[in-house]
Amino acid sequence: MPTKIEIRDLGKSFPSEQGRLAVIENVSLRVNDGEFVALVGPSGCGKSTLLNLMAGFIRPDAGSVTIDGAVRSKANSKGILISQQGSVFPWLTVRENLAFGLQGRDAAEQNRTADHYAGIVGLRGFENSYPHELSGGMLKRVELARALAVKPDILYMDEPFSALDALMSLRVRNELLRILRIERHTVILVTHDVEEAIHLADRIYVLSERPTRIRATFDVPFAHPRKLSSPQAQQLRIAVLRELGVELDEPAVSPGAGDLPVPESQPGG
Amino acid sequence: MYRLKDSGPAVLVIAVLIALWWLLVSLTRSVIFPTPLAVLTGAWELVEDGSLWRHIGASLMRVVVGFGLAVCVAVPLGLWMGWVRGAFSTLNPIVQILRPISPIAWIPIAILWFGIGDASPIYLIFISSVFPMIVQTIAGVHTIEKRYLRAAENFTVSRRVLFTRVVIPAVLPQILVGMRVGMGVAWLVVVAAEMIALHSGLGYMIMDSRNAGNRYDLVIAGMIIIGLIGLMLDGSMRMLEGLRWVRWRYAH
Repeated sequence: MPTKIEIRDLGKSFPSEQGRLAVIENVSLRVNDGEFVALVGPSGCGKSTLLNLMAGFIRPDAGSVTIDGAVRSKANSKGILISQQGSVFPWLTVRENLAFGLQGRDAAEQNRTADHYAGIVGLRGFENSYPHELSGGMLKRVELARALAVKPDILYMDEPFSALDALMSLRVRNELLRILRIERHTVILVTHDVEEAIHLADRIYVLSERPTRIRATFDVPFAHPRKLSSPQAQQLRIAVLRELGVELDEPAVSPGAGDLPVPESQPGG
Repeated sequence: MYRLKDSGPAVLVIAVLIALWWLLVSLTRSVIFPTPLAVLTGAWELVEDGSLWRHIGASLMRVVVGFGLAVCVAVPLGLWMGWVRGAFSTLNPIVQILRPISPIAWIPIAILWFGIGDASPIYLIFISSVFPMIVQTIAGVHTIEKRYLRAAENFTVSRRVLFTRVVIPAVLPQILVGMRVGMGVAWLVVVAAEMIALHSGLGYMIMDSRNAGNRYDLVIAGMIIIGLIGLMLDGSMRMLEGLRWVRWRYAH
């Protein structure tokens, strides 16, 4: 698979009262086209900063972000960021929100595309509703559909499900997986939820506390739909949590159920 | 919006105040201060000879023109000053110096520049209502949440779309707040301005009633009418908050 995103020796620091505070140091990673990668790390590490660097909202101090072989310098609609607090425009209807990124095309086509994606995320019948008339889970779907409508190569998701309750989070996650089977996107998901990462991602990068470095990488070799209760998934979860500094008791695993995934070695990590 | 059943106590308080007024005037046997009945009959006199409508019409016309001009200047200027940093740092000091000058202090200058016709009070209304609206509009632009601007940046929309679909809709509720404040000030000012220089309007009517034979019944009738019209003007501005373009702001 061709490389979609390549990050080399990325570094970013911000001014603070104690001088410059390094948030990201020496991060290198590679994401293949169509891959779903999760970045998992403790709260307050530079996960969001790393995502903003990749999406082009902020500029790195050192190193580079290369997308399709070109150095990323500013944000554009080939990579849409879906943030934790959401950015669905409250003054536009669902249809107007979905058509927001389609400005410049003719109105009929905008509406057709908007309604198509409203249908894909299960919002048919709500095209003329305003965001304040929708629930949190529906708002997430609007946000997702608005991003999908511009057919971005990459979706950057910054803890997109953390504001939802557990049930709604699971529902929207399943929805996302279903959509990704229909439409191919490269996805970078930032999360602190290990189960969420195992549920969704093809590969998990575990990040350290600030300044963020990559501690470990895990492949998630399970086919969809995934059973998070399977012994292999549980073992993976324990291994990821261990990298995050949380020790759990090993569950009783039947012999031969699967080897404990071993973190790949990280150069300079 | 008041419901009918909520307005019961308010009506009661007003009735008590009128009764108290009537009682005090009768007890003190005042020859100058009128009873509520005298005010009502005085007002009816003005209704019958048509002069009340003429005065109300004159005052409202001045407010509509002066306030309308102020909206046309304040909204674009406020948007520009809020969006462009250089415009803000250049113009904001001037706005902040002019803003606290009472419109009453402008009266001599207004008469000097515009004479004693309609232009003077219109100018005074303009100058008093334009600053609150500029300030509110700037504050509206400055408080647009970054996440919305970032989303617009992400979708790389044109400048025109950025303004018509993001900036202006986001600021509109604040603009309406500014308009409500501006309208309140405009109504205060028109009456004050008419007391000094003019031959029509509710302010003129009050001063004329006193000067031409101490008609305090008409003075008080004028005051009450000013209050009632002010209430209606505020109510009409409030109705704008129900428009579908700003309902999102009040929905939570």
